Amino acid sequence: MLALLAGLRTHHGGELSVLGHALPAERWALRGQVGLVSHQPLLYRDLTIRENLDYHARLHGLPDGRVDELLAQARLQERADQHVGALSRGLTQRAAVARALLSDPPLLLLDEPLANLDPVASELVGALIAPRDGRTRVIASHDPAAALEEADGVIVLGAAATIKYVGPSAGMTAADVEALYR
Amino acid sequence: MSQAPKPISARRAVLTILRKDLLLERRSFELLPAMGLLALGTMIVLRFALDQETVSGDLAAGSLLVPLLFASLLGVSRLFGSEERDAGVQQYLLSPAPAGALLAAKVAGLALVLAALEVVLVPVFGLLLLGPDLLPVLPEIVLVLVLLDLTLATLGGIVAGIAIGARSRELIVPILVVPLAIPALIAAQAALAPVLEPGAEALAWRWPGVLAIYAVVLALVGSVVGEYLVED
Repeated sequence: MLALLAGLRTHHGGELSVLGHALPAERWALRGQVGLVSHQPLLYRDLTIRENLDYHARLHGLPDGRVDELLAQARLQERADQHVGALSRGLTQRAAVARALLSDPPLLLLDEPLANLDPVASELVGALIAPRDGRTRVIASHDPAAALEEADGVIVLGAAATIKYVGPSAGMTAADVEALYR
Repeated sequence: MSQAPKPISARRAVLTILRKDLLLERRSFELLPAMGLLALGTMIVLRFALDQETVSGDLAAGSLLVPLLFASLLGVSRLFGSEERDAGVQQYLLSPAPAGALLAAKVAGLALVLAALEVVLVPVFGLLLLGPDLLPVLPEIVLVLVLLDLTLATLGGIVAGIAIGARSRELIVPILVVPLAIPALIAAQAALAPVLEPGAEALAWRWPGVLAIYAVVLALVGSVVGEYLVED
């Protein structure tokens, strides 16, 4: 679903509009406006963290210094010159979040963004991707209790991507979500 | 609120991708040695299969072009290797850079790799197989090979774009590249054969012209379909 919202896949039924752009026809207009953290880090494993971020910064036309800014925010400066393929899963996840935030996109699509992170790193990344004005977040999570704490709206997907619930999160508890699964 | 990003130019995107690809190749150093070994191996087999001390004319041209074709097939099948391994196309499509620039960068990268290969292959060809002296006809050989590289790289880029993510890529690449490369190979063969004769004739401009026209046609096709191949 996140790949559909990012414009990376084409849907085969219904209508889909993201940030006011109808997909897939206006997919081009969405490009550069979405930060995606998925189960893949979307980083080249044979490049260092800095080289990966430099590559994305150039593609986004970002000014010099933005990469160092993100490295500092994600506390990755000391690891910046290590190859992504040699990093632990937690560090790779932090680098992936830094990559997604480089262009400060108005839409963040996050698939289990705190997965593989220790409590300290989880707090750090949690602050980086925290809600703020001008940013919409869509978080895919298997932890309903944690996800509901920050959610305005909820979509519960069941087997074969069937939609079990779409609506506001107000009044909804983790037990309600779990009940929808059963 | 974040502003919509300003798209970067296609030229800047191509240079950015090319820089990244060359860095990856320099670090892994996989593709160029593999292509070099295949081309040199083919040339050595031809040296013994032809059972001649030296070759000239048509045989010489063919003995140079066949190894190049084989090496380029390997290059084409590995052209999007890093993108497939690390979801590079998805990475790229999240940026505001023009989609078609990814294909253009791959074409430029393959042309550079082929040119680097020829820097080694042509002198070896001169030493191992070619009867007539190589140096006097080197400028003509370089001109024809540059045009051939551009043609094969453009064709290879389009085919590799078609085959992105296909499980049968190793099958699709030769099936599409070889027949579509035949006009370019015929033109290159016809251009090189007289030049590689003893007492070389002047280069007949007709055949390099055919190569150039074919390269331009393929480039036009690539510029039209490039965006769709990358996005879909």
